[in-house]
Amino acid sequence: MHNRVQKKDGGLIGMAEQEVTLMKGNEAIARAAVRCGVDGYFGYPITPQSEIIETLALDKPWETTGMVVLQAESEVAAINMVYGAAGAGKRAFTSSSSPGVALMQEGISYLAGAELPGVFVNVQRGGPGLGTIQPSQSDYFQATRGGGNGDYHVIVLAPASVQEMADFVDLAFTLAFKYRNPAMILSDGVIGQMMEKVVLPPYKPRRTEEEIMEECPWATSGRRNSRQPNIITSLELKPEEMEKRNVHLQAKYEEIQKNEVRYETIQCDDAEYIIVAFGSAARIAQKAIETARAQGIKVGLFRPITLWPFPAGEIAGLAHGKKGVLVAEINAGQMVQDVRLAINGEEPVEYFGRLGGIVPEPDEIVNALKTKLM
Amino acid sequence: MKKEIIISGFGGQGVLSMGKILAYSGLMEGKEVTWMPAYGPEQRGGTANVTVIVSDDKISSPILSQYDVAIVLNQPSLDKFESKIKPGGILIYDGFGIINPPTRGDISVYRVDAMDKAAEMKNAKVFNMIVLGAFLSVCPIISYEGMEKALFKTLPERHHGLIPLNMEALRVGGETILRMK
Repeated sequence: MHNRVQKKDGGLIGMAEQEVTLMKGNEAIARAAVRCGVDGYFGYPITPQSEIIETLALDKPWETTGMVVLQAESEVAAINMVYGAAGAGKRAFTSSSSPGVALMQEGISYLAGAELPGVFVNVQRGGPGLGTIQPSQSDYFQATRGGGNGDYHVIVLAPASVQEMADFVDLAFTLAFKYRNPAMILSDGVIGQMMEKVVLPPYKPRRTEEEIMEECPWATSGRRNSRQPNIITSLELKPEEMEKRNVHLQAKYEEIQKNEVRYETIQCDDAEYIIVAFGSAARIAQKAIETARAQGIKVGLFRPITLWPFPAGEIAGLAHGKKGVLVAEINAGQMVQDVRLAINGEEPVEYFGRLGGIVPEPDEIVNALKTKLM
Repeated sequence: MKKEIIISGFGGQGVLSMGKILAYSGLMEGKEVTWMPAYGPEQRGGTANVTVIVSDDKISSPILSQYDVAIVLNQPSLDKFESKIKPGGILIYDGFGIINPPTRGDISVYRVDAMDKAAEMKNAKVFNMIVLGAFLSVCPIISYEGMEKALFKTLPERHHGLIPLNMEALRVGGETILRMK
């Protein structure tokens, strides 16, 4: 992408100096996972993300790093295997596409309730139901609102390139362990299936049992030296205790919102209009911006990288005094609700999207900008 | 330099592979590349297409409204993509099975009878390299040497014996291509 990735505190997500290769976004996820010391992958194939488990099967990491790769009997089993591994302090993840991720929601809610650092990847396809195998961003609500039962959030990272597919694996694990909270990579069929240049992260060894016990004193890593048993559960039958747990979770979410907002801005300095888009839609929007600027329209891009926590304050600040904001997303208008909440009626906010597996073309976004805001 | 290319044909013609070879060659020459396939079930027996972008600068969208170059290998692909070529752009088609030839006057139109040539060479598998050779002769974004290097890099060593045949097919493509308008 044109600009460096900005973190709220001004830090940068660095890139390692290594060999440049060409691969699909799905392959990048698998290869990055092996390199960043992941202990286990549990998954069940589904288009358009099956290359993740296929690549792992091809690369056989169990022969090199000792990473476990297992095809589970279902998505429900896969997410609960992640629950078990994360409960033991291991770096474990699963991946699926929209209908499969729907099946996982119970397990994800349990991970959130038990405060376990599991990671999962959703390479979205169009729904509802079994839907289509073509790309979509229609799981935004499910991803950012929790998805399962209860008051909870998962950390949601939205890669817009094959490079970010690789980079966000380690980032997702880092954040998941930092906050003892599930983290998700929300991608789609475009980013999963396309090939681009990528520099994979440098190899990092899997943590030893001692290192896991030091990093995760809460883990059920085997009771030694007569310490008190660690108990991993999301169940608490006393409502007074359960409310305390919920208050604790909410305080944690507030902390995450304060520390972990990530976003990118492109050509916003002189912009009169702003397009807000994430993931593959942000790439298409960038082309729309090239076209619009060639026609003399001053427009810039705001790309949320974390969808939860959502960069609400940053969007409101950037949009202030602009002529209008267009939210372009490959769904029926989901993120536009968060953008409208952020801007709170100060500036006009319009939505454009395509549905059911149709990916919008750049010119359609330019036309929407003109017809809805100008 | 930036070329936005669509390659489209029947599933099984090697459309995705052609795109891959092009993308790898671009990578080897230090360019930015994206390769975006249509990955639907229509790939078997129906039409398949892939968008390849090769550029000196960072690439924004892998999804495009219009293309600099369309390489079309059957009638449905020609019908679908002729109208999506930028004015002044390039259309290359294989004449095999084309009943309604292209009509646009504001683009350069080339025909390469790669199916026939591959049959002449008694090797149907070199079909897509003939098409690529034809493309590179009118749009030399990557040198033949660059293509050769990419083949050595991307093919497993046991297939390296086939590289001279593939390079010959590239040259045949360059000699076979005809300017129609």
